[in-house]
Amino acid sequence: MFEATSINHHNDQVQLRYKIVFGVMLVILIIPVVAILFTLIAKGSHAMSWPFLFDDPKDGMTAGGIFPAIFGTIWLVVVSLLASVPLGVAAAIYLSEYAPDNLLTRLINLATINLAGVPSIVHALFGVGAFVVFFKFGTSILAASLTLAIMTLPVVIVSSWESLQSVPRAFREACWNMGATRWQTIWHVVLPNAFTGILTGVILQVSRAAGETAPIMFTGAAMFLPFLPNSVFDQTMALALHLFVVATQVPDVPESLPFGVALVLVGIVLLMNTVAIWIRMHLRGKKKW
Amino acid sequence: MATASDARDKNWFIDKFFQSLMFVCGISAIVFVVGIFLFVFKEGLGFIVNDLNVAEFFFSPKWRPTSLHQPTYGILAMVAGTAAVTVLAMAICLPFSIGAAIFIAEFATGKTREILKILIEFLAAIPSVVWGFIALSIMNPLIITTFEVPMGLGVLNSALILALMAAPIVTSIAEDAFKAVPDTYREAAEALGATRWQTIHKVVLPAAKNGLLSAGLLGVGRGFGETMAILMASGHSINIPTSVFDSFRALTATIAAELGETAVGSPHYQSLFAIGIFLFFITFLINMTADFIVRGVKKG
Repeated sequence: MFEATSINHHNDQVQLRYKIVFGVMLVILIIPVVAILFTLIAKGSHAMSWPFLFDDPKDGMTAGGIFPAIFGTIWLVVVSLLASVPLGVAAAIYLSEYAPDNLLTRLINLATINLAGVPSIVHALFGVGAFVVFFKFGTSILAASLTLAIMTLPVVIVSSWESLQSVPRAFREACWNMGATRWQTIWHVVLPNAFTGILTGVILQVSRAAGETAPIMFTGAAMFLPFLPNSVFDQTMALALHLFVVATQVPDVPESLPFGVALVLVGIVLLMNTVAIWIRMHLRGKKKW
Repeated sequence: MATASDARDKNWFIDKFFQSLMFVCGISAIVFVVGIFLFVFKEGLGFIVNDLNVAEFFFSPKWRPTSLHQPTYGILAMVAGTAAVTVLAMAICLPFSIGAAIFIAEFATGKTREILKILIEFLAAIPSVVWGFIALSIMNPLIITTFEVPMGLGVLNSALILALMAAPIVTSIAEDAFKAVPDTYREAAEALGATRWQTIHKVVLPAAKNGLLSAGLLGVGRGFGETMAILMASGHSINIPTSVFDSFRALTATIAAELGETAVGSPHYQSLFAIGIFLFFITFLINMTADFIVRGVKKG
């Protein structure tokens, strides 16, 4: 009945043209990710082996493995999580469940945005001024992890807040009607329902913390250490800093070595992100509300 | 009877305790932002009181903190370099990111949209130091052979890397801005016979204008604050760049490169914290402005 007039046809063509233009723009953004991954795999896979992952660096870091750096990154990430996850989730609970709509809440939100926007090197200066010098932790895992924790805190707050908000209000009301206190409601109903969402945020935070270099450079990560750290008061090597060091500071490094380090670092980070995405999709499928 | 009321009292106290605890954690973000300012300010205070010459600091391109006879602390060259790179990076990043956001928000559907968003998320996940390594090992030789210049580290390399790093943030904020435009606007436009593109061009883009502006601002904030990637991609020599192939030095990179070599409390050490205060204020201003613009939209 409605035959395509020439104007309709023309409009369809115009629309298709715009769709293609924007699609190409998007593809141009995505090509680099794919190209980078392929280059890292192509050039870094020569370096990959069990000794590379589980040995100490040798010959002034031009040979051998990167185990102390991997081990140190795990230390830094775990200690920073111990500090930032309880604090960040609690802050999100306050913002989601208690905070009235007033000036203070507005200030907290502004501070969270700002904390996320402070340059990583300024976080490093804060870490030096506060943890290394003022609290006398020295350059140590503790100082570096706390700096990382504060830097990644907004990630936990925002993602936890979002998952708490996604729990329907009716769940809380049902609980209050049973005579439960606010905290009982949060602990027994809201948190369990928001758990997977919070977990996703925490995993993304791990990925973020593992890749940071600037905040740990002067607070606890060392270029080279001949021993593994024993406590949070020791310095440590770290994967991200190790990449910087072998790429810029060490002469005569075989080409495959920094590519290998970069591949391991990107591999860990993208693995974490994939797990988080998988949980998020799984969660969406399971939700009944 | 007594036991029941005792139980209620205990729960009441537990409830109050946790409410207070959550409140204390809730205001932690404010405490940390203030703390960052105070501690960075405290370390830089000695420089500001004793050695700072405001005119020299902002208007001299000479950064020679280690000179024996006459140390000078001028950040002009670094500010100019950082600004040039940020502007160039945004000029590259904004059209592509907004185009990509239009595609994701207005054209893509279902599975395609999911996959595209995941790929953009992957782009955002690549650590700063890896971008710096890519600038050194892949982009550097590429720029040298393509443009036949002696060095590939500098403004162009840094701007390209920064554009890619900022793209996922700008894309996702721009996409949010498009999503915030009510569907009724689109339906009204289509009911009047507008094509999809006419709707986007005449209705959605103007309505999302403020959101796009704040996306751009956050990209600029990212540019000023980026450290490791720029340290590795810039060539790190102090001069005011006059061409896209010139090397330059960023404010952030100066702190990263020099802090390890200074003695705690020396004028050089303190001057780096003064740069930190300057960076803190710039990013603070940019973030506040971006937030203010978006909030203006929600009010209206």
